[in-house]
Amino acid sequence: VIKTPHVDWFALAPELFLLGAAGVALMAAVLLPRRIRRDVGALAATAGFTGAFVYAILIYVHTPEVQSVIADSVRRDRFGALAQVIVCGAGLLTVGVAFGGRMREHIAEFYALLAAAGAGMCFFVTANNLMTLFLGLEWFSISLYILCAIDRELEGSLEAGLKYLIIGGFGSAVLLFGSALVYGATGEIAFNKIADAISAQHLTGDALLVAGLAMLIVGLGFKASAAPFHQWTPDVYEGAPTPVTGFMAAATKTVALVVTLRILRTAFPQEAHLWTIALAVIACASLAIGNLAALAQRSVKRMLAYSSISHAGFMLIPIASDNALGARALLYYLIPYSALSIGAFAVVAARERELAAPVTLDNLAGMGWERPLLGVAMCTFMFGFAGLPPTGGFVGKFYAFSAAYEHGWTWLVIVGVVATAVSLYYYLAVIRAMYMRPATELQLGAAAPVAGGAPPRDAMLQASVVLSLAVVVGSFIAVEPLIHVAKLAAESLPF
Amino acid sequence: VGWLTTSLILLPLGAALLVWLFPWDPFTAGAIALLAAFGEVGLWIECLFRFNFDKGGLQLDQRTSWFSDLHVSYHVGMYGFSLWLVGLTVVVQAAAIIYAFWAGRTGARAYFGLMLLLTAAIVGVFTAQDLLLFYVFWEAMLIPLYVLIGVWGGPGRLGATIKFFIYTMAGSLLMLASIIVLGLSQGTFDLTATYQSSSDWIFLGFVAAFAVKAPLFPLHGWLPDAYRESPAEVSAVLSGLVSKAAIYGFIRIAITKFPEPTKDFRTVILVLAAIGLIYGSLLAFRAPDIRGVIAYSSLAQLGLITFGVFAVNDLGLNGAVLQMVNHGLISAALFLLAGGIERRATTGDFSRLGGFARGRPLLATVLMTTGIIGLAVPGSSAFAGEFEILAGVFSVDWGYAVVGAVAIVLAAMYMLRLISAVLHQSPGPAVSPQALDLRPAELSAVVPLVACLLALSVWPAAITQRSFTNDQGSKDVSTQFEAAK
Repeated sequence: VIKTPHVDWFALAPELFLLGAAGVALMAAVLLPRRIRRDVGALAATAGFTGAFVYAILIYVHTPEVQSVIADSVRRDRFGALAQVIVCGAGLLTVGVAFGGRMREHIAEFYALLAAAGAGMCFFVTANNLMTLFLGLEWFSISLYILCAIDRELEGSLEAGLKYLIIGGFGSAVLLFGSALVYGATGEIAFNKIADAISAQHLTGDALLVAGLAMLIVGLGFKASAAPFHQWTPDVYEGAPTPVTGFMAAATKTVALVVTLRILRTAFPQEAHLWTIALAVIACASLAIGNLAALAQRSVKRMLAYSSISHAGFMLIPIASDNALGARALLYYLIPYSALSIGAFAVVAARERELAAPVTLDNLAGMGWERPLLGVAMCTFMFGFAGLPPTGGFVGKFYAFSAAYEHGWTWLVIVGVVATAVSLYYYLAVIRAMYMRPATELQLGAAAPVAGGAPPRDAMLQASVVLSLAVVVGSFIAVEPLIHVAKLAAESLPF
Repeated sequence: VGWLTTSLILLPLGAALLVWLFPWDPFTAGAIALLAAFGEVGLWIECLFRFNFDKGGLQLDQRTSWFSDLHVSYHVGMYGFSLWLVGLTVVVQAAAIIYAFWAGRTGARAYFGLMLLLTAAIVGVFTAQDLLLFYVFWEAMLIPLYVLIGVWGGPGRLGATIKFFIYTMAGSLLMLASIIVLGLSQGTFDLTATYQSSSDWIFLGFVAAFAVKAPLFPLHGWLPDAYRESPAEVSAVLSGLVSKAAIYGFIRIAITKFPEPTKDFRTVILVLAAIGLIYGSLLAFRAPDIRGVIAYSSLAQLGLITFGVFAVNDLGLNGAVLQMVNHGLISAALFLLAGGIERRATTGDFSRLGGFARGRPLLATVLMTTGIIGLAVPGSSAFAGEFEILAGVFSVDWGYAVVGAVAIVLAAMYMLRLISAVLHQSPGPAVSPQALDLRPAELSAVVPLVACLLALSVWPAAITQRSFTNDQGSKDVSTQFEAAK
């Protein structure tokens, strides 16, 4: 008889909700008539993300102490719960963005996969050993590979999916190999036991261990699209359906960064002298490459892809700082950052649907005056990415830099500040294109006919944009409560 | 009574939201903006009465924690000199909004909303008593300016905005780094906390931001383009108010918090100011158009004000505050008049202007009065301000006073050249005999500014004796400074 461990179903509730939703949506794809598949799928995903969102909050509230559940394979704590809240919020907004899309084929499967990816992410952030880590990673990655390629009518979608599959698979393999090396060096797979083994067996600096650690960082770096592991990002972000891109930019980055912090802090505190430097170098590389490459982009999605690489850099700064302030800074920053990403890609999606063509800086011209709500929102998102008030992006950057300063790395603050200055140029280019180009430059030529005049207002997408906007601006005003939440969450980690 | 200061910030902010959120027609949007601007003036007058000039120190202040773990708070309040600068802000903004209303800007809701946002941001800069809050308002100032110039500006506006934004953001971000380092190392971001730092690097981060915004020579590269390409009333705000925010930063943060570094770098800054003063005056004398003259004279005047500030003594600081108000009013009035002239003649080029005085007595009188005050004729408030500044800087080194005196002569030259090229001589090719005199709306924008100048000419001590009283005043600033020897 195999002895099964006690299962804390409450800790798994978010995943279960989302899996249930995915199941319902999949059944809808098979059993229901074509015309209601979209509505049922979207409804199921909404219900799943809402339920998971609520349960993640409940877990946060009811878990003042860290608990290891299900034979130590999953950790139930506020740190993971907060990340789950962010992921589920991102998922909810994504459903709103995707709803009005043109895609009709496989639309129920789309929502099923979205919910499944969300479930995988929720599992990933609570992983407490190398096995569950890999399981969670593959769980959401495979869902995302298919999501990227799901729109067969979209040029580049299939290519994006394939590219993501191959490079993502490579990243997963590196992570798995790293896990094997760490296990080989320590004989443990649970994060906290790895740390115990390192101190008990004086393994600090052990070649096998360090190699394994490096490979773990590289594997997670692929998922966070930090330079130099970013090469897939622009192509995949450009090719994937825009709502999926927004979800990847927000949620995938969130979970990759959160797990990076968790694993480094829980399993490898003794190696901090190595990984802080490594992460600082990766952060600088991401800032440099992301910002400089973004300057040259004309396609808005590619530009935002490079901007997301640079933001991986910004958010690695607090992780590299390796202090409680840094953990707080990361968790806080992820909230406005996720809203910024989804909101910005939502506006791009709206423009795409209007033009039936990829959005470039040129055909963004005049959008601010035609669509006042989306224009103002996009403006705010760009200011938010650039770290200007009144947005949470400003406070996030401020906290990230403060964490670096507290670590004693003033040079990293300077690097971040310079990177911010460079980034302004391309973020402002979007505003310039939307508002300051005369209407005659509007690229609504014969190449992109809008059938039947102006498209109807997409209420769901607009609602998502407004919600994102509310989060972006609200996180600037309500810093105190959010930081308090992030602080309690960060206390789950051993600082 | 801290709500007074807060409402000075919230009133235009709320009005801006009101203008943006509802589909007003252009006239109503302008009327709301105008009402809010007048409300601001009213609130400021209320502040003026509530302010106890004998007591000095920080007054009408309000403080709420914003995020406590890094000790950042929403803390606003006014010192004597901030009160005058806030007064300058509300008056000039009201004039600018009247002018914009009359000029009928397209996209009225967006336009007036941004103008109101700008008002809130500038008032915020002058009242913020927390480093991070100061930075927030400082940056918030930039966003409406960027859009106002970029959307409603002249043909070269895109280049002008890029230059303007890159210059000022480079400076601001260095300031952000300084703020983080200073705030975290002191354990508080509150400006009223008594601490001083002797770090040259932190000081230079602040100076970079202020020197770009003022601008000080040689960081004025953005100035001519931005002043030429903006709508007239935005130029008025840029040169009248935004440049003052930089000088305010010098007084409130750079000198007060960094007496030692100020001492180390004083000569450098004074020499740069002197170069800017002479160089700006010469360029103003050679500029081919009205806006060029005002723009470069701004560079020169800011150099002079910097003289007063970095003299770091009673005379210099008092004179600097008076001159800030003077220059704010003068350059705003001149830019609004320049806008009026450009509307009538479709150009600001001197070669195509001339003879405006004939048949247009109001325009001639107002421009003449403003110009004469601007060239610091004895008896004017500008004379009082410049005299105090020169007397103050004389005690540092007589050489600076000589430079300042020369610059005053140059000021007379470029200002008289402007007056003569526009008003006198034979009518230029662009001046149609049908071009009207100043309209009542234009008068209502410009005359109050000139009236304030005349009032200050009569009683300059209203400002010079009520800017720094007791605590935190010039005495305090300068004694701290002396103590750092």
